[in-house]
Amino acid sequence: MTDGAVPRFWREIPQRYNLIGNQCGSCNKVYFPPRESCPYCRRKSMGKMKNLKLKGQGEVLTYTIIYNAPEHFEGQTPYAMAIIKLDEGPKVTAQIVDCDLDKIKIGMRVQSTFRKIQEDGYIGAIYYGYKFKSVEVK
Amino acid sequence: MMRDVAIIGIGLTKFGELWDKSFRNLIAEAGSKALLDSGISGSELDALYVGSMSTGRFIGQEHVGALVADWSGFAHMHIPAIRVESACASGGLAVRQGYFSVASGMNDIVVVGGVEKMTDVVGDEATDTLATGLDQEWEAFFGATFPGLYAMIATRHMHDYGTTREQLAKVAVKNHANGALNPYAQFKRAIPLEKVLCSPMTAYPLGMLDCSPVSDGAAAIVLCAADKAKKYTDKPVKILGTGQASDTLSLHGRDNICTFESTVFAGKNAYKQAKLTPNDIDVAEVHDCFTIAEILAIEDLGFVKKGEGGKAIDDKITTLDGKIPINPSGGLKAKGHPVGATGVAQIAEIVMQLRGEAGDRQIKDAKIGLTHNVGAVGASCVVHILEGM
Repeated sequence: MTDGAVPRFWREIPQRYNLIGNQCGSCNKVYFPPRESCPYCRRKSMGKMKNLKLKGQGEVLTYTIIYNAPEHFEGQTPYAMAIIKLDEGPKVTAQIVDCDLDKIKIGMRVQSTFRKIQEDGYIGAIYYGYKFKSVEVK
Repeated sequence: MMRDVAIIGIGLTKFGELWDKSFRNLIAEAGSKALLDSGISGSELDALYVGSMSTGRFIGQEHVGALVADWSGFAHMHIPAIRVESACASGGLAVRQGYFSVASGMNDIVVVGGVEKMTDVVGDEATDTLATGLDQEWEAFFGATFPGLYAMIATRHMHDYGTTREQLAKVAVKNHANGALNPYAQFKRAIPLEKVLCSPMTAYPLGMLDCSPVSDGAAAIVLCAADKAKKYTDKPVKILGTGQASDTLSLHGRDNICTFESTVFAGKNAYKQAKLTPNDIDVAEVHDCFTIAEILAIEDLGFVKKGEGGKAIDDKITTLDGKIPINPSGGLKAKGHPVGATGVAQIAEIVMQLRGEAGDRQIKDAKIGLTHNVGAVGASCVVHILEGM
């Protein structure tokens, strides 16, 4: 999915670089990535969604080790992907890095880290974003 | 008031890597077989529906409704042709749209096809195209793959319910054993448990033999107002219920990843319309794109309790002679998974079962059957319940 015009990637920089989500001014639920309105408060949330920078701390809900990867990730295999529940509430799908693959566990505490995600061949753009590392084990 | 709708004809191509057949060859073959089986003449047809996931990427062709009408020989009759897309549930959803059009009284007879031609692309293109059913910006961008997301469901299911790697593998073993009895199946051979367990890892804990294959194929059915069905066939099959539901596009957007709420809701609506419960179902074709998906499906459809899907495999209740036979066709795993065709082919299999025409894989005394077709990682789902008339 790296074939595309630059704006497709550029417009997501606040979220992918700095974990900017948003919060419903009506029920205080936090969303990442930010939403136009709160799915639960709906019209009551219109105009009341406020940006919120997430701390990037959370725990692993589940994980897998990817052996068969898309072309732009082939150089990284095997790599760990996880669903992480951030402390503010939202969940994200991201890689777990800087950790032995067999040390990854459900419930493990993790912290986000800014990394290269993929590159569009030798001459294309390089895309950055968040990965996560364990705060418990190396 | 909606009226009852019956299936009066079915047609299938063989599923597999069909290098000598094009997209248009496949759907025209399935469609003509369905029309012949139904006994209607083409001039009686009011509309054509076709489910396909991604012709744009698989064969560089859109405008599929018109293409299929043309190559099925209906261009000069100018019948309405509608393409339906819901990722891997495109076929099931096409059936549902065809059903609505007849139930509403707008149409009397329609043909519903499903088709995918997946082997005209090379390298990673087929798996990359399937992955367009995921959330491209917030899953795939970060390196998540289709098997990877199902693998994460498996990891959590094993953690929460004690489901084992062996139980997952046994789903593949069962479905290959069934596929061996199905002349239309891509893999017509049984495989031993050890072979599944030592197949190369795709995404831990799923190995290659936990995954459905890349396939070409097509399926078609003819739908007719139920009160006119006996005019055409002695063995019409009635659609008792239909249900459809959606969920978050990304897996991580859900509160509980060990259940597909889309399956639960689509199932509930279909059961409600049919005035039936899971206990009334004699046979089911469920969406086993990965072995864990069948375990989730039999739990979410209410055939077993949540968490007992793995045990159900050990207890053999889902085999051909079990209490609730699942995927007698071989399922997506062994029959093959040309994505757009799958939902329609599931209906065709249940029709064969209810007519008593399923040969060596016939379920004894099958009266009521269910089909369950999932879009990608559960963001959409379509369920149908059928009964012989």
